[in-house]
Amino acid sequence: MVDRRGAWRRRGVLAAMVGGTATLAASSILRAAPSGKPVRVGGTLSLTGFLAQTAAIHKIASEIMVEEINGRNGFLGRPVEYVLLDDQSKPEVARSLYEKLITVDKVDLIQGPYATAPILAAMGVAQRYGKVMVQSSMGIPKLQTYDRAFPATPFGPEPNVTYPNVILDAMAKFPTPPKSMVILTSKFPSAQFMALGMKEQAGKRGVKVPLYLEYESGTRDFGAIAARVKEANADFLWVGSLGLESNLLLEALRKLDYTPKNSFHLYPAPGPLALSPDGDKALCSTFLEPDEPFMSRPGMKRIAQEFKEKATKANLPYTTIDAQACGMVAEWQILEAGVNGAGSLDDEKIAAWLKKSKVETIYGSTRFDGPYNHGDAAQLIKQVQDKKWKVVWPPEFAAPGVKLIAS
Amino acid sequence: MPSATLLGQALISGVLAGGLYGLLAMGLSLSWGLLRLVNLSHFALAFLSAYIVYELGTTYHVEPWWSAAMVVPLMFLIGAGQHWLFDRFKVNELASLLITFSFAVIVEVAIQLYWTADFRRYETEYATRSIKAGPFYIPVMELVLCIVAGLIAWGTWLWLRRTYVGKALRAAAEDAEIAAAYGVDHKKLAYLLSGIGAAYAGIAGTFIALIATLAPAQIWAYLGVVFAVVIIGRLGNPLGALAAGMLIGASESIAMAVLSPAWAPVVSFSVLIVILLWDPDWL
Repeated sequence: MVDRRGAWRRRGVLAAMVGGTATLAASSILRAAPSGKPVRVGGTLSLTGFLAQTAAIHKIASEIMVEEINGRNGFLGRPVEYVLLDDQSKPEVARSLYEKLITVDKVDLIQGPYATAPILAAMGVAQRYGKVMVQSSMGIPKLQTYDRAFPATPFGPEPNVTYPNVILDAMAKFPTPPKSMVILTSKFPSAQFMALGMKEQAGKRGVKVPLYLEYESGTRDFGAIAARVKEANADFLWVGSLGLESNLLLEALRKLDYTPKNSFHLYPAPGPLALSPDGDKALCSTFLEPDEPFMSRPGMKRIAQEFKEKATKANLPYTTIDAQACGMVAEWQILEAGVNGAGSLDDEKIAAWLKKSKVETIYGSTRFDGPYNHGDAAQLIKQVQDKKWKVVWPPEFAAPGVKLIAS
Repeated sequence: MPSATLLGQALISGVLAGGLYGLLAMGLSLSWGLLRLVNLSHFALAFLSAYIVYELGTTYHVEPWWSAAMVVPLMFLIGAGQHWLFDRFKVNELASLLITFSFAVIVEVAIQLYWTADFRRYETEYATRSIKAGPFYIPVMELVLCIVAGLIAWGTWLWLRRTYVGKALRAAAEDAEIAAAYGVDHKKLAYLLSGIGAAYAGIAGTFIALIATLAPAQIWAYLGVVFAVVIIGRLGNPLGALAAGMLIGASESIAMAVLSPAWAPVVSFSVLIVILLWDPDWL
């Protein structure tokens, strides 16, 4: 008897090979490598100065996205070239450089810089020349009054109202919901803006705020501040921190033999806080983390892997992709969708298309038809568990088996 | 009204934080007061030292005290080398400000290239230890810093007042030509003093690595307050620098406890203005 199973298996393998080759060939024909004169996209990042640690992350995310886009079809079949300049963390430098990018370098499109102040500076220039500007880190949406400026990050139009309520909702699920809260914030504009919102919303929901303190960005010694936090001894500590300020505060509290019952940190350096002995169960704001369900979003696994490789090569201490890096990924996704959707590099057409469309980004489906071109807010809360950040709230965004833990 | 415990704790924190201001101010004060060179690169050398201590500690697990034993002599050599350049190009007080600023920027860029702009934190188990004294907590590392700063300030003060070299340095600072007529080799002594000033930056850097956050831009974080400390403490006076550092640190901390933390940066310059208007004899 002839064994037909082997023959069928061979035919199957052969068919799969032929099919695979045909698919590859077809896709390479359909997605021909971009050619012709490059589309130049100009932008600045704070490669030096006090915001420089974030620029390194954004630069890597941009490099990945330019490679991704050029690996597809570029912009309208032309390769994309990213013209990146250093604004030295100074708004006035950002303003001059965007003027240069548009008038001297004659870039076709622009990308926004990092942080509220440089974005506002660049936005004025973009408005003067009618350029579309996508940005990912304007913490005060109401300041984005230019109708061709688009947010890549789903802050929503009123994060000072929506986000405090996400936190208060999570707190209400603690076994003993906190009744009092110390609010401590940097005077960095976007942090201060959120702190004032937190104070107002806490009051509305019956959570007392016995201590509200503002400190200057760059405060060196948190000893006296820690003493005040300890004395207030509230059920919850909300910190409008940037960078390592949270680490310094928690260390200062530990030196006073005091551990806050529960603490939330607005914009901390994610790696150092997660790894700190004081960071356990700390809560923080986020829009996504490299975990399920987010890893199932299109391209996320690949981008996360590429980010890790490039960040390791760049000698960054924290090489895991996070919401910060994804902001820049979303910026490029929105610009790509805008150009493809409009079928043009014309800023007016791109802006018009974006306003009436939804764009699928790494953050999910994003729209721009609300106040200040914002769509829905999509803030989440993450928590340090076993030295890793895990999304814990709202529960539907938590990875399987992960839950919000009260201290 | 803040409680006595809060005020006491704030005072302790402030005085101890002021120890670092004083330690950073000492090298700057000596260079400015006795060599008439305003060395802005002092801050860059302190942070370069901090990064080296961090690197040795985190990558090679070298204890910070051993790292300091390597960093301090290295800084001494860099300080002496810097003075060779100042001497070679006959740099005056104003030019020194510009040149050392440039040097500081170069060091900042070099640090960023090697360690990146990201925040670095040297986590050690003893960095967050405290001693309990009644209702108060005294952070061990800051206390050690203050003791070291006090010993250095006292030792340097004695050296300047009781030894031939110290007296010669002070004489040369008053009038280099007259001092030379009495056999003082001002140039050689200046190399020694430059080296010592930079070595103090190395010691300050070791403590910065242990108690503070490292980022290249942090080089400039101490500039304003330490300049106020140098002026209040009187140029060339190490004990004055330490006392002024503690005064500013305590004032900042009390302002944080009684008023608001946002007032702290205003304090150092307010104290400076008040003291300049007061114009006491010791200034």
